[in-house]
Amino acid sequence: MANNILVFIEQRNGQIKKASYEAAKVASELAQKLNCGVHAILLGSAVADAANVGLYGINKVTFFQNENLLNYSSAYADIVSQYAAENNFNILILSNTSLGKDIAPKLAIKANAGIAVDCIDLKVDGEDIVLTRPVYAGKALIDVKITSENKVITLRPNVFNPGEVNGAPAEIETKPIAEVSDKCRAVEIKKAEGKIDVAEADIIVSGGRGLKAPENFKMIADLADLLGAAQGASRAAVDAGWRPHSEQVGQTGKTVSPSLYIAIGISGAIQHMAGMRSSKYIVAINKDKDAPIFQVADYGIAGDAFEVVPALIEEIKKVKSE
Amino acid sequence: MKIAVCVSHVPDTAAKIMVGADGKKIDSNGVAFVLNPYDEYAIEEALKLKEKTGGEVIAISVGGEANKESIRKALAMGIDSAVLLREDDDRDSSGIATALADEIKAQEIELVFFGKQSVDFDNSITGQLTAEILGYNCVSVAVAFSLEGNEITAEREIEGGREVIKTSLPAVITAQKGLNEPRYASLKGIMSAKKKVIEEKTAAPYIKNVELISMKKPASKQAGRILGSDASAVPELVNLLRTEAKVI
Ligand SMILES: Cc1cc2nc3c(=O)[nH]c(=O)nc-3n(C[C@H](O)[C@H](O)[C@H](O)COP(=O)(O)OP(=O)(O)OC[C@H]3O[C@@H](n4cnc5c(N)ncnc54)[C@H](O)[C@@H]3O)c2cc1C
Ligand SMILES: Nc1ncnc2c1ncn2[C@@H]1O[C@H](COP(=O)(O)O)[C@@H](O)[C@H]1O
Repeated sequence: MANNILVFIEQRNGQIKKASYEAAKVASELAQKLNCGVHAILLGSAVADAANVGLYGINKVTFFQNENLLNYSSAYADIVSQYAAENNFNILILSNTSLGKDIAPKLAIKANAGIAVDCIDLKVDGEDIVLTRPVYAGKALIDVKITSENKVITLRPNVFNPGEVNGAPAEIETKPIAEVSDKCRAVEIKKAEGKIDVAEADIIVSGGRGLKAPENFKMIADLADLLGAAQGASRAAVDAGWRPHSEQVGQTGKTVSPSLYIAIGISGAIQHMAGMRSSKYIVAINKDKDAPIFQVADYGIAGDAFEVVPALIEEIKKVKSE
Repeated sequence: MKIAVCVSHVPDTAAKIMVGADGKKIDSNGVAFVLNPYDEYAIEEALKLKEKTGGEVIAISVGGEANKESIRKALAMGIDSAVLLREDDDRDSSGIATALADEIKAQEIELVFFGKQSVDFDNSITGQLTAEILGYNCVSVAVAFSLEGNEITAEREIEGGREVIKTSLPAVITAQKGLNEPRYASLKGIMSAKKKVIEEKTAAPYIKNVELISMKKPASKQAGRILGSDASAVPELVNLLRTEAKVI
């Protein structure tokens, strides 16, 4: 059977996720290499920016529309799998977001497909797609291939550069759905206090036990605001009750790969590094010059955070106003 | 009500990971294995529910002899009994889910707790796969859970917040940190765990559809530069971030 790729485009609150553009780009490049078709599927109530998918190389989007599809529900997997089966899509690509992680395995079972999640690289080798993914919290990498005809692949967000290809806006085919059957559904979304989630941020400013008290995280928040960054924390800061768990970075927190990760008063325990070592640039501010965090940091200042961070805030303000 | 908890046996998060001679598996020499940390939240939630509504809680694990160590820990925390679905080879997640679903179905269990992620291969899919095989409802990455009759209200963590989920039994819930505070095993629990039975069965057959080609260590990051030991290094840092790294 010939290959045929379907990429799942995710919206939240009617807005397409940045990670979905990355997935669209990867899917369109893969289709070129495999010399096969590629198409996108989107579910929601109303989506303003759907045509943008075209800029990443996907010409057509099928949009299943119903007001009850605004939030995630079990109907999503039913609709996507039925559409994929009816139209002979055998390779399904999603982003490994919280929604992607939940739906991908369900789609895999429905399609009798092998599944590889959280991939950071993919290569075509003859007939095979070789997928690379981190295991043991990034302490090792594996290459796998899916041997079944049908394949479900999820991509780690923020790893694949979505840079626009010179595509035109995509053509949207809207398919209204009369009735949505959802045995399991999100009835409400409670927003966390933080403005940007660490899992989606391009810059993260994280604080640890070295900050000594919850009120000292004000300077972390100030620095984060200044940089348009998300605020993160070590487990020690979370366990002390200084920061919410949603900010925890690490093996039992979130895995992040921003362009810039600034670790302040964080020693760099193996479990913390597991969650952030794939960041493109790492800055460490720690008064102990032997702290393990300096082994992965591109730039470090081995000094007192209470002195360095306020100076850093001033300096950034200064260069920004220049 | 009968509740199941699925548990895996994984390298301690502090373990150094080296690739074995075959280039496909880790070298487990000197690596301490523990009950998967997320499974402790799953166990706690099942035990709390049992304390409220009565019934029994059973642990299920797919793997070899070594898994008994983590099963014993689950029993010491208060799980009533356990099944080890014997498999001495490595299974992919679908293979593990196939075995788990087979046992859950045979025992007619309608509520199953998983950890959200096994800290070995970090797949975060086994609960969802198992739920789908069984045709059960599924809430993954749960940070809140309650059951009234057959109706479930749960919250799952998403980017920037939580989704409040409504669903019903039969269901699979995968536990995230924050769901509860796992209890420690008491001395009495540890003693009585020794007497509890671990029933052994052969894991149901499955079709393998993911092949592991190789495992390697990631390219190690070069340690960077320490620019100074006080605020005087700040201008250089900002300059490097702007001109060399180009990230701000
Ligand atoms: C199963 C398990 C899972 C775990 N998961 C995670 C996880 O997901 N994420 C995580 O982060 N941890 C995790 N941990 C915990 C981890 O082992 C460490 O305990 C934790 O990361 C330490 O946090 P920290 O660096 O903030 O604190 P510490 O290790 O106490 O480090 C504080 C640092 O601050 C520095 N400091 C002190 N004062 C100042 C100052 N004035 N200026 C500058 N620097 C200063 C010190 O030199 C020190 O290096 C896990 C542990 C286990 C067992
Ligand atoms: N071998 C296994 N036996 C029983 N349960 C497992 C096994 N592997 C994974 N699980 C369960 O599935 C969850 C998610 O694992 P994973 O999908 O591998 O990240 C774990 O937290 C366990 O609850």
